[in-house]
Parts: sequence; C-alpha cells; structure tokens
Amino acid sequence: MEPLLLTYITLSDIQGIAITLSCLFGILSVIVLSLTWLERKALGRLQQRLGPTRTGPMGLLQPIADAIKLVVKEDILPSSSDKAIFWVAPVIVAVSAFMVWVTIPVSETLGVRNLELGLLYITAVAVVGILGLVLAGWGSANKYGIIGGLRSAAQLISYEIPIIMVVVSVGMLSQSLDLRVIVADQNPVIYAAILPLGLVIFFISGLAEVGRTPFDIYHAESEVVGGPFVEYSGAHWSVFFLAEYINTFAIATLVTILFLGGWLGPILPGIVWFLIKVYAVVLVVFWIRGTFPRLRIDQLMSFAWKVMVPLAFYTIVITAVYLFYDLPAWSLTLMSLVGLLVVGYFIYRRMVAPAKRAAEIRSRQAEQSARRRADSGVRI
Amino acid sequence: MPDVINEIKNNSDSVELLLNMGPQHPSTHGVFRMVLWIDGEKITGVEPHIGYLHRGSEKLCEGEQYHQIITLFDRLDYLANFNNELVYCQAVEKLMELEVPEKAEYVRVILCELNRIASHLLYVGTIGLDAGAMTPTMMAFRGRERIQALFEEISGARMMHNYFRIGGLKEDLPSNFSKLISELLPLLREDVEESDKILTFNEIFLARLKDIGVITAEQAISYGLTGPCLRGCGVDYDVRKAQPYSVYNRFDFEIPIGLDGDCWDRHWVRIQEMYESLKIIEQALEQMPDGPVASSLGRRLIRPPAGEVYVRAENPRGEIGVYLVSNGTDRPYRLKVRPPSFCNLSALEPLLENAWIADSVVILGSLDIVLGEVDR
Repeated sequence: MEPLLLTYITLSDIQGIAITLSCLFGILSVIVLSLTWLERKALGRLQQRLGPTRTGPMGLLQPIADAIKLVVKEDILPSSSDKAIFWVAPVIVAVSAFMVWVTIPVSETLGVRNLELGLLYITAVAVVGILGLVLAGWGSANKYGIIGGLRSAAQLISYEIPIIMVVVSVGMLSQSLDLRVIVADQNPVIYAAILPLGLVIFFISGLAEVGRTPFDIYHAESEVVGGPFVEYSGAHWSVFFLAEYINTFAIATLVTILFLGGWLGPILPGIVWFLIKVYAVVLVVFWIRGTFPRLRIDQLMSFAWKVMVPLAFYTIVITAVYLFYDLPAWSLTLMSLVGLLVVGYFIYRRMVAPAKRAAEIRSRQAEQSARRRADSGVRI
Repeated sequence: MPDVINEIKNNSDSVELLLNMGPQHPSTHGVFRMVLWIDGEKITGVEPHIGYLHRGSEKLCEGEQYHQIITLFDRLDYLANFNNELVYCQAVEKLMELEVPEKAEYVRVILCELNRIASHLLYVGTIGLDAGAMTPTMMAFRGRERIQALFEEISGARMMHNYFRIGGLKEDLPSNFSKLISELLPLLREDVEESDKILTFNEIFLARLKDIGVITAEQAISYGLTGPCLRGCGVDYDVRKAQPYSVYNRFDFEIPIGLDGDCWDRHWVRIQEMYESLKIIEQALEQMPDGPVASSLGRRLIRPPAGEVYVRAENPRGEIGVYLVSNGTDRPYRLKVRPPSFCNLSALEPLLENAWIADSVVILGSLDIVLGEVDR
C-alpha cells in the first residue's frame, strides 16, 4: 500500500524531493506531448482531415517538433509591459497546475504523496492558477489581455463553486477526502452510477475550469485573440500551453477518480485501467471541442449561477438525504436522474422553440410566394 | 442603496475603454477596423474605419477597355466572381442592345448559382469560427473546394475566372462538364445539409445568434440593406424575382425569408438559399439548350454608343448595381458600383447598439461583408 515514489520523500532530503519532482515533471511533459498529438489527430478526424502525418509515423513526432519550435522562437517582451509581472505570471499558472499532481494517485500504490485531505488540497491549489491568468493579462499591458484576464477571473471563480460542492457530496458518499479511499469505496458500484448528476456537473464545470470549448471564453480567439496569452511568445507561451494541458489532464483524472472508479477494473493492471479511463474522458473533451461553438460571457455566468450552482446544491441535499435515512443506493441514482431530466427538459424546450419558429417561417414563405404567383407580375 | 451606487458611479474614475478591433484581427473578415468603446463587456459606441483595401477600382475602370474591366470586377467581391462578371457584362450588353445566346445565359446562371453556394458555404464556415466552432469551417471549405475544382475545370482559374464575355462566354464548356456536374451536385447537397445540421439548431449557436443584432424591416430598408440581411427581416425582396434578369424568370424557386431580423434569421436565410440555388441549377441543367456561347461583336474592340445605363443583379451578399456611362469611345466615361457589402455594413452602428463584445464579432459575421467590395 505504500506509494513507490513516497520512499524518496521519507528520506526528507532535498535530493529526494528534487528527484521525485523532476520525475513527475518528466512524466507530465510526456503526457502533455501525447495529449497535443491526440488532440490534433482527433480533431482532424472529426473535421475530415488527417492531422499531422509527415513527422514520424502517424505524425507522432509532431509534438516534439512543436516543442522545439516554441523553445527556439524569440521570446518577445512588450516594451510597455510590467516586466516582473509579465515573467512571473506563467510561472504561477504552471506551478499551480503542477502542484495539483503532487497528491493525485494513479494507482493503488503509485503516487507522489498521499494526503488525507487530498481533495481539499486539490481544489485549493487549483484556484491559484487564476491569479496567474489575471496577472498575465494585466502585466502584458494589452487591452485584449486585460479583458481576457478579467474574464478568466470571473469565469473560473464562478465555476469553482459547483466543483467544490460536488466534491463535498462525493466526500460525503465516501466519508473521506482521501482519493485512494474514494476509489476503494467505489469497488462494487462506481459513483457515476450512484450520482450521475454529480458527474455531469463536475465534468461541465471542469471544462469551464480549464477553459475548454464551449467555455474557452477568456482566450477566445475570435474575440480577444488569445486573451491573457496575446502578448506571450516562445518559451513563455509554451509554459501556459503546458499548464493548460496539465490542467485538462488533471480534470480528466479527477473525473476518473471521483466518478469512474479510478484504477478499478478486471484483468488488466490498475494503471492501465486508469490510463484508459482518463484518455477516454480526454477524448470526450476533444470531441466537444470539435462540435460546439463558444458561449458568451453573460450566458456563461448565468449558466454557472442559475443552473450549475442550484444543481450542485441539489446534489448535496440528495446525498445528505440518502445518507441520513440510509436509503438504498438506487434511490440516490433516481433522485439525481430526476435533477438531470428537469434540466434536460428545459434545454430541450429551448432547442425545439426555434424549430417551431422555422416551421412558421416556412409557412409564411409559402404564403408569400403563393401571393407572388397570384400577382404574376413584376414586383419591386 | 441607489444613492450608494450613484455615489460610486460619480466618484469613481472609471472610464470607457477604447478597444481597437482590426485591421489585424482574426474575425474582422479581412482588413476592416472597428474602434469600439466598451464599458466592461458592453459596447457603448462604435466607429467603423474602412479603406485599407482601397484600390481605386472605379477609377481604374475608366482607363481600361471594356473587355479588360471584367478582370477588375472579378476582384470586387472575390468570393462571388461570376456574379460580379455577370452584372458588368449585362450592363455593357444593355448599353449595346446585344443579344446573348441562350446557352450562354444558362451557363451563366448555373455558374452564378454555384458561386452563390460557394459564397454561402464560406459564410457558414466563418460564422462558425466567429461563434467559436471550428469544425463547420472545415466542412464548408470542403464543399467550396469541390465547386472551385469545377470552376477551374471550366475557366482555368479557381477564383479570378475572367470567363464571361460581353455577349456571351469566353469559350464553350469542357466536354466532360455534364459528367462533372452530375457528380458534383449530390456531393454538394450533402455538404450543404451537413453544414446546416452541425450549426443551425445547435443549442449554443442559437443562444449566440438568436435575438442578437436585431434590425426591423423599416430600419433595414432605410439603411439600404439588401440580400439575406434584408430578407432576414421578412422582406421578400430578391432582384431575381423582383426584376428578373438573364433567364431567372424560367425557374421555379422560393425566396427564403426570416421573421425577426436577427443574426440567426440571416443565417437561416443563407442556408435556405443554398437549397434554392441547388434547385435552380438542376432546372437550368435540364432546360439548357445547345448552341453557340458567344454572339458576334463584329469587331474586337467594342465601342458602345454614348449613353448611360444602370443594371442590377442579386449577388450572394445582396443587390449589386452598376452605373455605366459611355461617351462612345472604347473606354467607359464613368463606372459606379453599388456594392452590397458596403451598404450592408452601414447598418453596423444600430446593430451593435447594446451588444456585448462577443456579439460584435457575430453581428459582423452575419452581415457577411467582403472587404474587396467594401473598399473597392
């Protein structure tokens, strides 16, 4: 049960910590490279393209070529920028993305440091990244950057709330904030089956948290041209890029651990199950990117406060009811499905309204062309 | 409580932010520049700047012979080259009272309608990008690429065709034309349906476009909007029906209209227009007679009689008008173009009233301007 890498840290020497952290950094970098390749390939296939094919077999070396290009590129410092803030901002973003991984276990025995309050630590550290984004926007002395930075602050803080509330209900279910206990508790039935509402809220809020489509508002390319990152280039930009993909992977990992049973699974070893599940979630994220347009900032905020937060409250309440009255597990499933159905009904109603309107337009159009035929003259 | 708010408002040194959007901005569709005054995320004022692509086309026309001007018209609305060539050729033909052979008219209509589809497909792609979706762009460009391949087969060029001539066409269609177009049309219908399905009724797309950039029919008419922007308000005005030119009165097609005059209605109208264009092409292919494709001009260098003429036609973006004054020489005395994009763009200010920053991009996208035509 003792984590493998933990042994270094128990030596409590600087060397051990350095080795562990550089191992972690190396592994995360490889994961980021694989994610960029996967994203380009998946998006390419969704869009009837091939994605990278020229660099290496199936374009596998493309991420490495990209990384070399980014590092070799000139790093431009805008003359009017606040230099200290400009340089520090990417570090803050990257460090907070990186620190989350200190406590995430990838299998029963593999992890850097197991914390009993692991979930609390993760939600706390992840928020620090927002500061980096705001500073990046402010420090680059660019109006698009400032708008993007402020957008990111508004967006990420709003979506932090439903995430924390869902995390609380998961903690209530497992009676622990220790990620390994949470996974162990899902042994017969995964939480996705017990609390599907929680999975949906957590996944959607997670998308918003890492700024992925349809919530890629703070770096929206067609509006604020990259937002906080607009003035960054070369290596510093690549640090943001790295952090973004580490965060995406972290959200997919948390979805896997909290709801999909982490490394649990038959036959294959735990780490393989874990990677399969995480990459499947990541693929869903890319799939959404290839399908949906982007929301507007006010719609995003009202979605957070009018839909996600009440639903997250509802999740806590039904979990509490389930635990207090000691009901069977299927009752919780039923209660959360009811929540999903209610929201689904409202979204469905909003979707069919324009279709009805289109039918109305069609009938009016037919009327007009019939009238024109009756006139049968030239009309101006 | 309101006192406190007012006090904060009066005492705070908050100012409106002046945001320069363009000419180097990914979603201003070329080199259009908007200066926006924003209060938080809301737009309080806008000042459009045009002219970054000004080439003096109208003046250039005065120094060119009549045949040479066709190439200049190719470069006005560079997404609907055939439509532009058509309106210019019609102007000169009207001035010279020249008869165009039947077959040439049909070929012109087919090519113009194909070009309309290509242009609207590109619009679907760009509105998708403006709204933040990247897949429709790829799908739309695939369809457009198919059309352009056919254009290349016919005229030798993908965009600047220079294929229409005063009194007909440059040359007859290639011998494999019927095979090419019968292969193209079903694929094209699929492409149009696909780009329709992925965007039109998407929940987020609806949220971004419905009730955004609303303009009433009266306002639209007073601003001189034409094309899908006008029809989106429910006005069924289309030059192809209102004042049929070429052989458009021989085809059975509808004029798609919207109801509310918002961005989504303009989008809807364009999508429906693509289906109607397909209908026109199919009918034209059926009716197309055989025969010559160019009428004899008698001499190479044409000198239309002195006089003036105004001709209009329905471009993908709206009504294009050409006012041509001849003094009897081999070059026009004056040539004035009424470009649809330019007139549609004039409605930007009322459309952007009370809009969000993100809306400005979508509204500009729904006007579907081409800067080559705005700046001329």
